[in-house]
Amino acid sequence: MKRHLISAADLSRADALLILDTAEELAGLADRPIKKLPTLRGRTVVNLFYEDSTRTRISFEAAAKRLSADVINFSAKGSSVAKGESLKDTALTLEAMGADAVVIRHGASGAAHRLAGWVRGSVLNAGDGTHEHPTQALLDAFTIRRRLASGARGAGLDGLRVTIVGDVLHSRVARSNVLLLSTLGAEVTLAAPPTLLPHAVASWPCAVSYDLDSELPKSDVVMMLRVQQERMTAAYFPSVREYSRRYGLDVARMARLPEHAIVMHPGPMNRGVEIAAEVADSVRSTIVEQVANGVTTRMAVLYLLLGGTEFPATEVPATEVPAVAR
Amino acid sequence: MAGNPPTAAETPARWLIRGVTVPGHGEVPGNGEQRSRVTDMLLGGGSITAIGSGLNHSGARVLDAEGLIALPGLVDLHTHLREPGREDAETVETGTAAAALGGYTAVHAMANTDPVADTAGVVEQVWRLGRTAGHCDVQPVGAVTSGLAGARLAELGTMADSAARVRVFSDDGRCVSDPLLMRRALEYVKAFDGVIAQHAQDPRLTEGAQLNEGEMSARLGLAGWPAVAEEAIIARDCLLAAHVGSALHLCHVSTAGSVEIIRWAKSKGWPVTAEVTPHHLLLTDEFAAGYDPVFKVNPPLRTGADVAELRRALADGTIDCVATDHAPHPVEAKETEWAEAAFGMTGLETALRVVHQAMVDTGLLDWRGVADRMSVRPARIGRLTGQGIPLAVGAPANLTLYDPAAPAEAVVPAGASKSRNTPFAGMELPGRVVATFLRGAPTVLDGKLA
Repeated sequence: MKRHLISAADLSRADALLILDTAEELAGLADRPIKKLPTLRGRTVVNLFYEDSTRTRISFEAAAKRLSADVINFSAKGSSVAKGESLKDTALTLEAMGADAVVIRHGASGAAHRLAGWVRGSVLNAGDGTHEHPTQALLDAFTIRRRLASGARGAGLDGLRVTIVGDVLHSRVARSNVLLLSTLGAEVTLAAPPTLLPHAVASWPCAVSYDLDSELPKSDVVMMLRVQQERMTAAYFPSVREYSRRYGLDVARMARLPEHAIVMHPGPMNRGVEIAAEVADSVRSTIVEQVANGVTTRMAVLYLLLGGTEFPATEVPATEVPAVAR
Repeated sequence: MAGNPPTAAETPARWLIRGVTVPGHGEVPGNGEQRSRVTDMLLGGGSITAIGSGLNHSGARVLDAEGLIALPGLVDLHTHLREPGREDAETVETGTAAAALGGYTAVHAMANTDPVADTAGVVEQVWRLGRTAGHCDVQPVGAVTSGLAGARLAELGTMADSAARVRVFSDDGRCVSDPLLMRRALEYVKAFDGVIAQHAQDPRLTEGAQLNEGEMSARLGLAGWPAVAEEAIIARDCLLAAHVGSALHLCHVSTAGSVEIIRWAKSKGWPVTAEVTPHHLLLTDEFAAGYDPVFKVNPPLRTGADVAELRRALADGTIDCVATDHAPHPVEAKETEWAEAAFGMTGLETALRVVHQAMVDTGLLDWRGVADRMSVRPARIGRLTGQGIPLAVGAPANLTLYDPAAPAEAVVPAGASKSRNTPFAGMELPGRVVATFLRGAPTVLDGKLA
């Protein structure tokens, strides 16, 4: 039976809360001397990584191992992929090896979706191009709930105000977070220069602002996005210095936040560009915590997709066929 | 071109088409009143020799055409036959066979082959391959610039003077984006009644572009192909065509904004014509939701509002004709991630059925209108003399017999084309092409190659 996690849009509020509650359950494990559960013994999880991403790969690997799964790491470098093998052929190879789940990171939007059409095991999207990164959104929601919503089982993020700042246009983290956080009841605002917002952003379940300073005093959470090196030279903004001046989170800007507000970043950070070192290292920063929560949240997802029952994520990414224009 | 003269092999039999419906003048869309006439038609010596009821001719082969509509043989202004260079995707033989099965008697073969059709040698080769295949006339399109590189003009006059008699020039697949080069091309072809067919796409505004820029591209995280990248070039080129007084044809118009500009240019009396593809008349960018690259095409599928406006424009004549942009690709070019996949869809074998559904069943166009938009006008734009001529005594016997009442059937991708990248696979479309005649000889009978 096919069970996948490809987009945060696949998750209803109940699905998302089940994952967060399961993660909360599993979090206790990290404090025990033996951090391992036998749940996925005998199951095989393949980490299929077409892009360098040490932190995400290690996070998934740790999550799978703590559930006693066998883990195969398949990286595009040094594999047949480098010889020009297609994604489909790689998928068929993994299928033949009996992968129960494939965790895929790929530079092309929709790669996880395509993969799910070619393998029988579960597909977990660990970031596809500029599309989505749903487990990042889940770990962010988990982090926010622990810090600001008491972490109680069954609690959503209702009424919390989250400002996501930076390159939304190219960010899979932003796409997944807008979908998931709004599903969980948060009020999301995107703050970015107009060049780094999608043209049709008005159709998203969030507000939009070009002025970070006016958003800060009303924010419970500020989530800073990484500025990719290649954007810096492609006319999205005049210079890194100007970007940093208008949209970077420095100490002075941090002071405009309410007392309780937290600062998040999915990493890796460009210190001094989108976030000042003093901010990244401050007590408001949840950046290190996010990494720890990443393992817990991914354990919950693997557990529910492979081991547990009652996980209601989408069956197949079989997209509804739209009606032809009438 | 004057049309390929009949060869000895295709002349002998006379054909009597019995009880066929010829869409007549004055037929009103949506009005039940049919002023089409049901008649017999006699074909001989490559022409229509008689039209009337109760025709009898001993020795003629008889085709019972009761319930069938006769259209002048369809003419495609925009076909990629892939030969020379990509014979794995299509050849002149397979592509023209697909054309005949779709009801076409002439296709214009686009220039983006390998080598590029930018010399007399290549266009003559393609033209000869078409004559040898014999399924339909093949009129080569010449490249505007050498190697489609957009840097200097190809030898347009030499191609015009060649045996292939090239009149339509296009860098299709790429835009002639340099405004000065475009101006010169438009001016230069006036000397031999040529037309420049522009693939309107500003290259800078579409770097890495994957899908119509809008809600779908934002949601799917695919780089946007904005409507303005097409519209800006169309506006510029309409102004250039007016300035130099030369013929401009706009390939695969895909947005409501483009229609508005073309409508304005035509209202000024400027020498501008335009085409729309079947897929842009039926499909929207929502089909990309599953990331299946069979829906990846250039220009991209647009929104429902664009589709509605394109249909209106085809109905009112702002857009002159339907052209398939038949773009075959091998399986591996589409069985991949979206961004890796090739742009393009096949279309020859389904075009008439799609137009039936999008234009006729919606009451926007009657069958006479279909004949005009799929045969008469494209032949005129392509400067074809022996094609696109309304069915009458003395006219060349190029015709398509179509069964509009055939029950809607799901499209099967396995046809005569070498490639299978049809976006309509599995969709139910009405109608059926029953027979195609090229200068009196059947190329298709009973829906199969004759």
